[in-house]
Amino acid sequence: MKRLSKYRRHRAAAPMLLVLALLAIGTTFSVASATPNKSALALARSASIEEGKQIFLKGCSSCHGLNAEGGAIAPSLIGVGAASVDFQVATGRMPMADMSTQAMRKKPVYTPEQVAALAVYVASLAPGPAIPGDELLNYERDGSVADGGELFRNNCAMCHNFAGQGGALTQGKYAPTVMGVEPRHIYEAMITGPQSMPVFSDKIITPEEKLSIIKWIKFAESEPALGGASLGRVGPVTEGLLVWTLGIGILIGVAVWLAMKAR
Amino acid sequence: MANDLEAINDPGIPAHVHRKADSDPLAAKKAERQVAILFALSALGTILFIVSYVAIPEDIFVFIPVMGSTNAHQLFLGLGLAFSLFFIGMGAIHWAKTLMPDQEVTVQRHEFRSDEEDRNELVKTAKEGAAAAGLGRRSLIKRTLGLSLGLVGLSPLLLLRDLGPLPGNSLSTTSWKAGTRLVTDPGDRPIKPEDLEVGAVAQVLPAMLPGQDHRVLSDIGKDAVLLIRLRPEEFNLDAERLSWTHEGIIAFSKICSHMGCAVALYEQQTKHLLCPCHQSTFDVTRAAKVLFGPAARPLPQLALALDSEGYLVAKQPFNEPVGPSFWERSS
Amino acid sequence: MTARERIAGNVANYVDERTGAAAWMKKNLNKVFPDHWSFLLGEIALYSFIILLLSGTFLTFWFDPSQREVVYEGAYQPLSGLKMSAAYASTLHISFEVRGGLLMRQIHHWAALFFMVAIVVHLLRVYFTGAFRKPREFNWIIGVGLLTLGIVEGFLGYSLPDDLLSGTGIRIAEAIIQAVPVVGTYIAFFAFGGAFPGEAFIPRIFTVHVLLLPGIFLALITVHLMLVWYQKHTQYPGPGRTEKNVVGYPLFPVYMAKAGGFFFIVFGVTTFIAAVASINPIWLYGPYTPGQISAGSQPDWYMGWLDGLVRMSPPLETHAFGHTISWNILIPGLIVPGIMFTGLALYPFIESWITGDKREHHLLDRPRNVPNRTATGAMALTFTLIALINGGNDIIAQQFHLSINQIMWFSRIGIIVLPPIAFVITKRICISLQRADRDLVLHGKETGRLVRLPHGEFIEVHEEISPEKKWLLTSHEQSGPLELPEIDKAGVRRTDAIRNKLRSRMSAANAEVAPKVSAKDLKEIEHH
Repeated sequence: MKRLSKYRRHRAAAPMLLVLALLAIGTTFSVASATPNKSALALARSASIEEGKQIFLKGCSSCHGLNAEGGAIAPSLIGVGAASVDFQVATGRMPMADMSTQAMRKKPVYTPEQVAALAVYVASLAPGPAIPGDELLNYERDGSVADGGELFRNNCAMCHNFAGQGGALTQGKYAPTVMGVEPRHIYEAMITGPQSMPVFSDKIITPEEKLSIIKWIKFAESEPALGGASLGRVGPVTEGLLVWTLGIGILIGVAVWLAMKAR
Repeated sequence: MANDLEAINDPGIPAHVHRKADSDPLAAKKAERQVAILFALSALGTILFIVSYVAIPEDIFVFIPVMGSTNAHQLFLGLGLAFSLFFIGMGAIHWAKTLMPDQEVTVQRHEFRSDEEDRNELVKTAKEGAAAAGLGRRSLIKRTLGLSLGLVGLSPLLLLRDLGPLPGNSLSTTSWKAGTRLVTDPGDRPIKPEDLEVGAVAQVLPAMLPGQDHRVLSDIGKDAVLLIRLRPEEFNLDAERLSWTHEGIIAFSKICSHMGCAVALYEQQTKHLLCPCHQSTFDVTRAAKVLFGPAARPLPQLALALDSEGYLVAKQPFNEPVGPSFWERSS
Repeated sequence: MTARERIAGNVANYVDERTGAAAWMKKNLNKVFPDHWSFLLGEIALYSFIILLLSGTFLTFWFDPSQREVVYEGAYQPLSGLKMSAAYASTLHISFEVRGGLLMRQIHHWAALFFMVAIVVHLLRVYFTGAFRKPREFNWIIGVGLLTLGIVEGFLGYSLPDDLLSGTGIRIAEAIIQAVPVVGTYIAFFAFGGAFPGEAFIPRIFTVHVLLLPGIFLALITVHLMLVWYQKHTQYPGPGRTEKNVVGYPLFPVYMAKAGGFFFIVFGVTTFIAAVASINPIWLYGPYTPGQISAGSQPDWYMGWLDGLVRMSPPLETHAFGHTISWNILIPGLIVPGIMFTGLALYPFIESWITGDKREHHLLDRPRNVPNRTATGAMALTFTLIALINGGNDIIAQQFHLSINQIMWFSRIGIIVLPPIAFVITKRICISLQRADRDLVLHGKETGRLVRLPHGEFIEVHEEISPEKKWLLTSHEQSGPLELPEIDKAGVRRTDAIRNKLRSRMSAANAEVAPKVSAKDLKEIEHH
């Protein structure tokens, strides 16, 4: 302990601590892991409209209206389809925790069975995009990573960043990261256009192309570090931060040692 | 340096304090060993580098905390090189600090100004030289020399002329003509209005001309267009601009009117377009009026129509230059 | 005499008989260099430059500076079959098919960031310690030139791979050129060989990046170092250190070993960071096409402040007589940076005009003893820092859940309001630190020991500081403001009265200090 306290008073102690602290902050970049959820479509087939209606009346109607016709603070859900409900509720975005700028992804409030019932109920109000089935979502078989990357950069990267890390929109809104999002939800987002996101129609980006996008996202998610720590994959900002802290910090540390008189 | 004002005298350079290694042979030996260890570590680094280069395949990944799964070839190659370099430095510096003389030396500075004699001599030489060359008298030579030196600089400038063509009106024109089909980018598929739901967007380019087999980036840089579908009642446009839309579908140049980045961040709820480079924000419902940021002009709007087969086409070319401003631009 | 000594002697003799190098060497091997960590910052820049030359040469062996369109068939599967430029494809080749290629690319890019950081930190050291004063003004100007060229060189370097991010940067650079009144479009078309992006730009900037600018760098760095050598290094004030001497270690062997060793340290640390941290992962950015863009498109940090200025600019454009002037580009992109760099280059002359000090200075200032200079520096730093922060406003907004609009408004207002505040606060801090120095000399340092006096009062014992410390705290000069009478000796109002008034005002502000300890003060203390 005595040795340690000696170092604590060392001239280089403060800068060293600073560097360590910055390292610690740097490492807290982490990707939220998502739990895979199998066959939402199968669940939806067995769910009952009546059960969904009851859940809706209890949990959603105060904002969306008793018949999902919408209200002052929430849009109408007539015609949004099962896909929209599955995306919003199964990713925990709905019900919203508070009336902030944007519904955030969080732990879902409802079980997969309840989500399925809600989806069936909303889909029964008017036709809309359906939940994509597992057969449709076979992106491993039907997608192409290279095409997906090209499509992603053309249609998605402007908001979600080149590596799908997400980005800022106007007035505090943001495009969330697409890393760790279930393929089903990515697909649903593209066909329903949740919140700020526009719709990507099937004639504009075909279902196969959508699968290629998903395949590329899944590839980017699992791609190991080819050149070392990824620094968050947000471009030159974190690179500059690293060189101004750890980089020049180490060199100045050595310079201080170099110029110190030996005893 | 002691007078009425200067209160404290310079105590002079402090006495030299000897290091342990200066007097104690054991300490010196220890320092020598430390230096040797540092140099040996460098040698080990080089060995690691060589082993990584020849023996570690490029497709092996190892898990490193903080970094995650990392390419082993790249990592150990780098670490080997880093150690081999770093420890040479550490060894040399440690050697200098502990074993080389550490007595500070004082030397005197000299004044930079040359002494008076040299300066006068120089002036004299310069004047004599100038007089001998007749610089003062022969003004005809002086003037023609000035003229020729001034002109000779023009030749290399003129040679640069063929660096590129003159701009002409190329900044004001695009590939869009009346009747040019809008096609998806990528995919090159023509688009019908019913292909787009309300709230949908499409990145589009003009259809390629017959016989054209690939696109030139310089064309994409002017032609890229963003297609957006709203509910028709959401528009707040004058009659002419409204006639450029089709059933709620509106098209804007994707090339930012500020500095030319692709403006394609469309917020479906607010109907705002945001440029990710400098955050200029445009209102789609009001013909891309600038709401925020450094852009000074709306994005040019492309007039839409349908062709005989029901596909979306340009009604006419852009009525203004697309992209950033330039001197010759009139509005 | 051993065999080895004989051989060395023969070689030395051979060289000296042909060059007369012995006399010069004898003198210069004893050249004295003061030892201080802050004197090594410039060395970091120098060594980074050498690393850049070495790693850059390696990269040129494979890099194909061409915008010819190719179809990628290389090792990186996710881009397989895509159309891209040969420049981008060859960068992928270096990254994935040349062993050690990615490491060298990352060393090259990190070294470039280190180079610019070191230049800036070195510049700050020189500025805040007053090392730019006579006779070192030339070297200051060369340094500012190197900083400016470094920004350009770095920009050209990261533009070469022709990826989506760098292409976006070139697009913006083209827009700045195009915005220049009268000749802008012509210069742009000449630079790009036609309309943006064309196929000529990358081959051209490659030549500039690897030949023209490095050549200029080498020349300027050589002159920079020769001047340091010839004028001898400055030194920090302290006992035994005067304007007339220089105290330190001789070049041979101590300084040579330390400086040589430090080169390997800089190279080693750069390589270490290149081994563990990814930089510019161009394979993720994708090839450039003008229709694509990524959220959070940023330049490297040394351009970030410029981008931040452009972002915060108000939307001003003038349309008159059939012509357009884009103030929203010209002001933040050319005019403000022009003023900043001109001001930086001229600073030594401005300061000496204000102080009227035309003497040589080899002893450095402690920043607190020159409050006005230090405060001006803090003001300029604040300005640049706000611009830099605004350059990353989207990343900041995303990471900390803020609004880009709010950050932008903070920057727009802050860049006008905060620098003067930084000036005032820094100046006050400097003067209080001077007062603290004064107290230290007059009353010694606090020991934390309490003593009870005979009449019951408790006082804290103050311990007198060492004579060396006293000298350090009192050896600086304090010259008052310039006397610049409005009326000359003949009683006539001087023609340059307005300029003189400004000068005497600035000089008075410059002379605002806490008076240092004088002999009179010490006598008074003794009487107590």
